[in-house]
Amino acid sequence: MTDINVADLSFKQEQFKQQLFEHQLLFNSGVDGIVGRSTQIYELVQALHQMIDAESKKDGALKVSFPPVVPRELLRQVGYMDNFPQLCGSIHAFTGNDLDHLALQNAVKKNEDWSQHLSQTAVTLTPAGCYPLYPTLAGKLPEHGAVYDLCCYCFRHEPSNDPARLMSFEMRENIRVGSAEQVQTWRTGWLDRGLALIQNLGLSVVLDTASDPFFGRGGWMMKANQKELALKFELLVDIWGKENPTAVASFNYHQNHFSHLFGIFLDNGDEAHTACLGFGIDRLVIALLKTHGLEIKNWPQSIRTQLML
Amino acid sequence: MLIDDNILKRVKQVIIEFSEIQSDLTQLSIHDNLFNLGMSSRASVSLMMGLEAEFDIEFPDEMLRKEVFQSIASIAEAVESLCLIQN
Repeated sequence: MTDINVADLSFKQEQFKQQLFEHQLLFNSGVDGIVGRSTQIYELVQALHQMIDAESKKDGALKVSFPPVVPRELLRQVGYMDNFPQLCGSIHAFTGNDLDHLALQNAVKKNEDWSQHLSQTAVTLTPAGCYPLYPTLAGKLPEHGAVYDLCCYCFRHEPSNDPARLMSFEMRENIRVGSAEQVQTWRTGWLDRGLALIQNLGLSVVLDTASDPFFGRGGWMMKANQKELALKFELLVDIWGKENPTAVASFNYHQNHFSHLFGIFLDNGDEAHTACLGFGIDRLVIALLKTHGLEIKNWPQSIRTQLML
Repeated sequence: MLIDDNILKRVKQVIIEFSEIQSDLTQLSIHDNLFNLGMSSRASVSLMMGLEAEFDIEFPDEMLRKEVFQSIASIAEAVESLCLIQN
């Protein structure tokens, strides 16, 4: 994109974000990427969850929930800081004595960087909803593997004025654990099911191979490898124009990556394979509002029926 | 392409250090595929950094491809060409 296109896109995003604040659909926290939700948005989010619920139940998915923090050790185990150090939300806390407290207070009062007065805790913000599940699956799986359904607030440090790119956002994930064939069949099936769900919402959507935002120059190779092996697909929706599509869902095949790390085995003793799919709930909300308008009660009846609004 | 013996020797040493391959590299053909021998994408990135430090070179973006890092020969050829241009 040229600088002018980037500026135009940023202007469009800022303008729409301000409209969302003015209509009191979202509330401005004062920090890019962190917003509050109104009743209307809350109800829309619940409607989207119900729509996904209906689909997840067909797989007999087990609902699991985790808080929006994970053990720091988990990020070390999955190599998160190798791949995405720029996105990590590390949690620090004050553990000092009275003198240290004084220094901290001074720094805060002077509006200086106070991070040097804090210590790293044992937890970080959750970067991906499925991460905390894998260690809990260590051992042998049931005969046909398992499917899990979870929802979690995730954090990725990528401040942006794009209201569809939040730093703290809700991810609805389904995870399949089983043999390579079971997992790939499940993911392939979900590509069609996910596409149909989004199309039924009246959104302009395409499916494409994708890669994660790996950090640095070496990230180029990681991205190329992910694309070459078709490990990641995304559903891309036109929010800001066809030339700048936004991913609203992703379908990821991890091969035996997590099973190897955490010792997850099939009942025959082979290492299991895993795949996950994730719907970006906040992105779907923005896509719907941008496409159908800010007055949800005026949306096409077919969309309202689909969402049971 | 005939690869300089000294470059080949140093490239092998960097591969041993960073590729995380368990096999004895001295027993391999220089054309064996390192990814098939267990080198992960992440290890290939570490290898790239290791080569840059060892030879004081910088791989341009267009060379950050799997094919460039897939064998001892392909790596040594890439390093040799970059040494000629950059050093």
